[in-house]
Amino acid sequence: MSISLRRLAALCRKESYQIVRDPSSILIAFVLPVLLLFIYGYGINLDANRVRLGIVQQDGGVEASRFVQTLQASPFIAASLSTSESAMRQQLQMGEVRGVVILRSDFSARVRQGQGAAAIQLLTDGAEPNTANFVASYVQGVFQLWLNQRQGGQPAAATLTVQPRYWFNPTTVSRNYLVPGSISVIMTIIGALLTSLVVAREWERGTMEALLSTPVTRAELLLSKIIPYYLLGMAAMAMCVLVATLVMGVPLRGSLWVLFVVTSLFLGSALGLGLLLSTTTRNQFIAAQFALTAAFLPAIMLSGFVFEIRSMPLAVQAVTYLIPARYFVSALQTLFQAGEIWPVLLINLLFLLLSAAFWLGLTAWRTPRRLDGN
Amino acid sequence: MWQRLFTLIRKEMQALLRTPQSRRLLIAPVLLQLLLFPFAATLEVKNSTLAVFNQDGGAASIELVQRLAATQAFPQVLMLHSQQDMQQVIDRQQALLAISLPQDFSRRLASGQGVTVQAIIDGRRSNSAQIAYGYALQVVQQYAAERSRQAAPARLLVQNLYNPNLEYRWFVLPSLVAIITTIGCLMVTALSLAREREEGTFEQLLVSPLTPAYIMAGKALPGMLVALVQGCIIAAAAVWVYRVPFSGTVGLLIVSMLCYGLSLVGFGLLISALSSNQQQAFLGSFAFMSPAVILSGYMAPVENMPLPLRMVSAVDPLSHFIVIVKGIFLKGYGLVDAWPHLWPLLAIATGTLLLAYRMFLQRSH
Amino acid sequence: MAVSEDIAIRLRALGHAFAGRPALHALDADIRRGIITGLVGPDGAGKTTLLRLMAGLLKPDSGSVQVEGLDPVTAGDALRLQLGYMPQKFGLYEDLTVLENLTLYADLRGVTGAAREESFQRLLAFTDLARFTERLAGKLSGGMKQKLGLACTLLGSPRILLLDEPCVGVDPISRRELWRMVSSLADGGMAVLWSTSYLDEAELCGEVLLMHEGRLQYSGSPQALMDSMQGRSLLLQGIAGNRRQVLRRALRCTEVIDGALQGHAVRLVLRTASELPDLTSLDAGPHASLQTVKPRLEDAFIDLLGGGPGGDSPLAEHMPPARLPDGVDADAVIVAEQLTRRFGDFVATDHVDFRIRRGEIFGLLGPNGAGKSTTFKMMCGLLPVSSGQARVMGLDLKKSASQARQQIGYMAQKFALYSNLSVAQNLEFFSGIYGLSGTRQRAAVADMVRVFGLQPYLAMNAGELPLGFKQRLALACALMHQPPLLFLDEPTSGVDPVSRREFWSHINSLVDKGVTVMVTTHFMDEAEYCDRIGLVYRGRMIASGTPDELKAMAADADLPDPGMEDAFIALVQRDDQLREAT
Repeated sequence: MSISLRRLAALCRKESYQIVRDPSSILIAFVLPVLLLFIYGYGINLDANRVRLGIVQQDGGVEASRFVQTLQASPFIAASLSTSESAMRQQLQMGEVRGVVILRSDFSARVRQGQGAAAIQLLTDGAEPNTANFVASYVQGVFQLWLNQRQGGQPAAATLTVQPRYWFNPTTVSRNYLVPGSISVIMTIIGALLTSLVVAREWERGTMEALLSTPVTRAELLLSKIIPYYLLGMAAMAMCVLVATLVMGVPLRGSLWVLFVVTSLFLGSALGLGLLLSTTTRNQFIAAQFALTAAFLPAIMLSGFVFEIRSMPLAVQAVTYLIPARYFVSALQTLFQAGEIWPVLLINLLFLLLSAAFWLGLTAWRTPRRLDGN
Repeated sequence: MWQRLFTLIRKEMQALLRTPQSRRLLIAPVLLQLLLFPFAATLEVKNSTLAVFNQDGGAASIELVQRLAATQAFPQVLMLHSQQDMQQVIDRQQALLAISLPQDFSRRLASGQGVTVQAIIDGRRSNSAQIAYGYALQVVQQYAAERSRQAAPARLLVQNLYNPNLEYRWFVLPSLVAIITTIGCLMVTALSLAREREEGTFEQLLVSPLTPAYIMAGKALPGMLVALVQGCIIAAAAVWVYRVPFSGTVGLLIVSMLCYGLSLVGFGLLISALSSNQQQAFLGSFAFMSPAVILSGYMAPVENMPLPLRMVSAVDPLSHFIVIVKGIFLKGYGLVDAWPHLWPLLAIATGTLLLAYRMFLQRSH
Repeated sequence: MAVSEDIAIRLRALGHAFAGRPALHALDADIRRGIITGLVGPDGAGKTTLLRLMAGLLKPDSGSVQVEGLDPVTAGDALRLQLGYMPQKFGLYEDLTVLENLTLYADLRGVTGAAREESFQRLLAFTDLARFTERLAGKLSGGMKQKLGLACTLLGSPRILLLDEPCVGVDPISRRELWRMVSSLADGGMAVLWSTSYLDEAELCGEVLLMHEGRLQYSGSPQALMDSMQGRSLLLQGIAGNRRQVLRRALRCTEVIDGALQGHAVRLVLRTASELPDLTSLDAGPHASLQTVKPRLEDAFIDLLGGGPGGDSPLAEHMPPARLPDGVDADAVIVAEQLTRRFGDFVATDHVDFRIRRGEIFGLLGPNGAGKSTTFKMMCGLLPVSSGQARVMGLDLKKSASQARQQIGYMAQKFALYSNLSVAQNLEFFSGIYGLSGTRQRAAVADMVRVFGLQPYLAMNAGELPLGFKQRLALACALMHQPPLLFLDEPTSGVDPVSRREFWSHINSLVDKGVTVMVTTHFMDEAEYCDRIGLVYRGRMIASGTPDELKAMAADADLPDPGMEDAFIALVQRDDQLREAT
C-alpha cells in the first residue's frame, strides 16, 4: 500500500473543512464536552451531603427535644418538623423528604424507663436506594452522638473506633473521579459517534464512488479519516484537561506524555470502531444507532466510571473486558488522582493497544477499494 | 382529515418496520440494554476485595476479620503482612479498602481501653469506596456494640419504605423505562424529518394539501408510538422478568408515557427544524440527550445539584418522567400524586412544539 | 494476443450479475482511442455496470476487461492514474467551495503547479463557474453541480475518460461546450466512453455501443445505423386541428413504429420505407403533407428495440375531464404577474409575466442558474415571492395554500418518493395525503398500477426501481388525485427515449382532458411538445411563444431553419450581445 503525501494532505484538508464548517461537529467536539464536564463535575454529587429529613415529634419531652436538636444541628441534615405523621409520610411519598424520623408521644417516658424500651423510628425512601443508605447512616451518626451526649460526653462504646484515611482524594470530592471518568465518555463521543457518520455519509452522497475512481489508495482513504478526527479528539482532550485542572480544580498527578499516549491509544480503538460501523453499514441512520448502542452506552454503563464493575454479575463483568472505555477510565482515574502507578497503567495500556490494533485492523481490512466488497 | 393523519402515521411505521434490519434496530438495542443495564447500573458495592493487615492475631481481631469477611460486600479478604503491602494493594486497585488492626488490638479491647482501627480507602473511586467503608464501619460498630455490656436507652429502627431491601434493580428498571425510550423516540422524530429533507420527499409533502401542522403531527405521533411500545416492553420486563413490584395503575403509566412522548417529540422536532441534514439531526439529538440523562436524577438526585443545574433539570422532561414512573411502580402514585410532574411535561411539550412549529414555518419557506 | 495500438479498452465475454440477476451477458467490444464512443441503451441495459467494471469499481463475474492493457481489479492503482471516471451521480462535497472541490481532485489526480492554474482557468471558463469559485458546492443549482462534477473529472490528463450520463440536467449551451472540449481531448488521442440517453449527442460520436438488457445490440458508427433507416423518417406538415390527436392516430397505423411532435409538425418513423400511412386516416386537414427527412439515431435506436410505445395512453380512460372551479378564467389558469424573487442582492427572478390557458403545456427553458427553477418553485408555492404575484386557479398559493395545493400534481426534478418504502406503499401514501380513502383510494391505486404497468414491482422498494419505472411511479403519485394542474420539473431527466415517448403520450392524453401543464426542461425534444415556451435567462423572460415562433425568431441568414436547440442558443447569445451593447 503506497501513500502519496500530496493526496493524503488533500484528503485531510477536505475532511477538516467539513468538520470546521459543520456546526454540529463543533458542537459535539467543543461545546458538549465542556457542558458534560461541568454537569458531571457539579451536577452529580453522589454523596448526598445534605439530605432532607422530616421529623415527626409527637413527644414534647426533654429526651425527644434533645434528639431533635441534635438532628437539626447536623451539617448533613436539612430537617423539617411536624407533628403529623401522615403529612410527613405524604411528603416522603412525593419525594419532598428522603427520610422521616418518628418520635412517638411516649418516647421520653420510655427512655427514662431504660432497658432499651424506647424506639426511634426512621422511614427512608427506598425508591432512592443510594440516598436511603445515606439517610440511614447520617441518622445513625446522630443517634450515636445523642447517646454519647446522654452519657455526659463519655462515649458509650469508646472501646473501638475507626480512623478512615482517603488516599488520593482526601476530601472525597466526587468531581475528582467523575471528571476524569467523564473525559472517557467525551472521547468516546468524538472518537466513535462522530466517525460513525463520516464514511456512511460519503456513500450516501455518492462522493465515495467518485473518490474510488481516483488514484487514492486504501491507506490514504483510511488515514484521511483517522488523522483529522484524531487531531480533533486530541484538541478536545487538551481542552478537557485544561478546563478540568484550571477551572474545576481537579488534580492531575500523572505526566502529560503518559496521558497523551493513553488517549492516543483509546482514540485509536474508538476511531476504529466508529469507522468500521460506518464502512460496513454505509448508512448514517443505522451506523449512528449502532454507535450509540455499541460505544456510547457501554462507555457510560460498563466502563466502571460511575458503576463499580466488581459489583456486576460475572457475565456482565466479562462483557466489560471488551469495552476499551473500561481501560481508559481506569488509566485516567489513576493518572489524574494517583499519578504514574505503572502496574495499573501498563495493564491498561496493553489492553488499549490490543483493542486499538484490533479495531483499526478490522477497519483497514473492511475498507473497500471497490463498490462490491473489498 | 383524520384519514390524512392516519396515512402519514402509517407511512412512518412502514418505513420503520419495512426491513428486518430496521425492525431489529428498533427492538434489539432495547433488549440488549434491558439485559445488561439492570445488572450493570448499580451503586451497590458487591464482590469487592477487602485487604486486612492484622498485626495482632488475637481472638478478638480474628473474630472481627471473620465478621467483615462474612458480608456480601467483601467475599474476598486479602491478608497482608506489611504496611508496604497496604500501600501496594490500594495503589494497584487490588482492594478498594484496606484495614489495619494494631498489634495490641485484642489486648486493649479486652481491657476496655480504647483502640483505633485504621482504614485506608481508595479515593480514586471515592463513591464506591465510601460505600464499602460504610459497610465495614457498620460491622465494626455492631461488633463494638455487642462487646459493650452497657444497654443503650433507645434503639434506632430503620425501615425502608417502598423498597424494603433497597434493591437497586427496583430503582434502575423504572428509570430505564424513561431512558431507553428517549433514544428511540428522538431518533425517529428528529432523524426521519432530516432524511426527508435530504431525499427531497419533504418538498413533495409541502406541495401537497397537508399543512405544516399535519406534517408535524405525522412525525410526532409515530415518535410517541415508538416511545410507548418500547416503554411498555421495558415496563413488562421489569414486572415479569425482574419482579419489580408494580403498585400503580397501567392506565396512568400509559397516560404519562404519552405525555412524556409528546414532550420528547417536541424536542425532536425542534432539533430537526434546526438541522439541515441527518448528521446534524443525530448529533443534535445526542447533544440534547446526554445532558438530559445525566441531569434527570437517574445518576444522582436532583436535589443534590446546585441551583442553576436544578433549574435546567426542571425543563428536562426526563427528570419529571423518572419521578412519575418510579412513583407508579414503587409508591403507588395516582393521578393526583403524579400531577405535579405531569403538568411540567405538558408545559414542556407545549413550549417546544410551538417553537418547533414556528421554526418549521420559517424553514419550509 | 496482438494488442492493436489504437484499442484502449478490450472487453471479452464480459459478464456480471447482481445477487444472481444477470446484468451483463458475455460482452465483446473494443473501444478505440482518438474518438468518442457513445454508450446508449434504455434504462437497466447495464451501461452503468459496464462503466464501473471498466473503472475497477466492480469485479467481473466472468470474462475479462483490459483497460490500457491492465486488469482494472488487480492493477487498479496503476490504472487509476490514467483514468477519469464520472459517476452518474457525481458526489461533490457540498460543504466545500467550488474551488476547494477542484483543488481536492487536482491534488488527488496529481495536477500541480502551472498545469493546475491552466486547467482551472480552462475548466472554470467552460463551466461558467468562474464567478462562483467561493460558493459552497451545496448552494449551486443542479445543473451547475453537474458541471462542477465534470470539471473535477476532466482534471489531469487521463488517457481514458469514462462519463456516465454527464449531461443530465445540463443546459444545451453547456452541453455543446462540453462536447467541443471532450472532442478536442479525444482528438488528442484520449479514449472516451460517453454513456447517454440523449441520442442526438450519440449521433456525433465516432462509434456507438447500443445495449439492451445486458447485451450488445450494435456496435459501429452511428452513421451506418442511420443510413439503414434511409427513407423511413417522415415529417407531417401543414396540420390543421389538434396535432396531438394527429400523432395519436398516426401511431395507431401499423405502418408507423414511432412518432413525436416537432413544433406544429409531427415526425414519424415507418416500419419499412415502402409503406406509407394513409394520409386521410390521419385526419390532419387538407393541407397536410408527408415529406421524407434525414433519419436520426433515435429512429434507429427505437427500431432496434422493436418500435416505440404507441400513442394511446390508458391513462386517458381513467382521468375525468379536468374541470375548472366557477369563476376561474380558462385563459389564465396559471398566472405570474411581475413575479420577482431576490436572494439578498441577487435577483433570481426578475419581473416575470406569463399566463397559461387551460389545457396548455407551457415550458420554461433556460440555461442552468438562469432562474428557471426559482420561478417554477414560486409557481407551485415552494418558495415565497419577493414581489409580484403567482396564482393558480385564481388562488394565491400563499394564502389559501391547502386548497390550492389540492389542485396541483407535482413531479420533482430528482426522484423524490420514499425510496425505502415499496411501490404499493408509496401509492397508498400519496393517495392518502390527497384525501383519498376507502374504495376510491383502492380504485385510484389499482388504476395507476394498471396504467403504468407497476404490478410486477409492487413489493419492490421504490429506490431500487429502474429509472424509467421510478419516473412512472412519480407520475402516478402526482396524478392519483386527478389534479387539473400538473407541475413537472425536468421530468424525464436521464430517462431513455422509449420511456420518454411513453411519458409524453401520457401527458398528451391528460392535456386533451383539459389538464394544464407547466414543465421545465433541458431536453429540446421535450420542448417541442410544449404549446408555448418561455425562455428564461438571467432572471428575465427573454422570449416566449410557440416552439415554431421561437425558431422563427432565431432564424437568420446563417441558419435559416434552426432546430430548437439552435434557437435556444441563438436567443441567449443575442440577449448577451444586447446586454453588452447597453
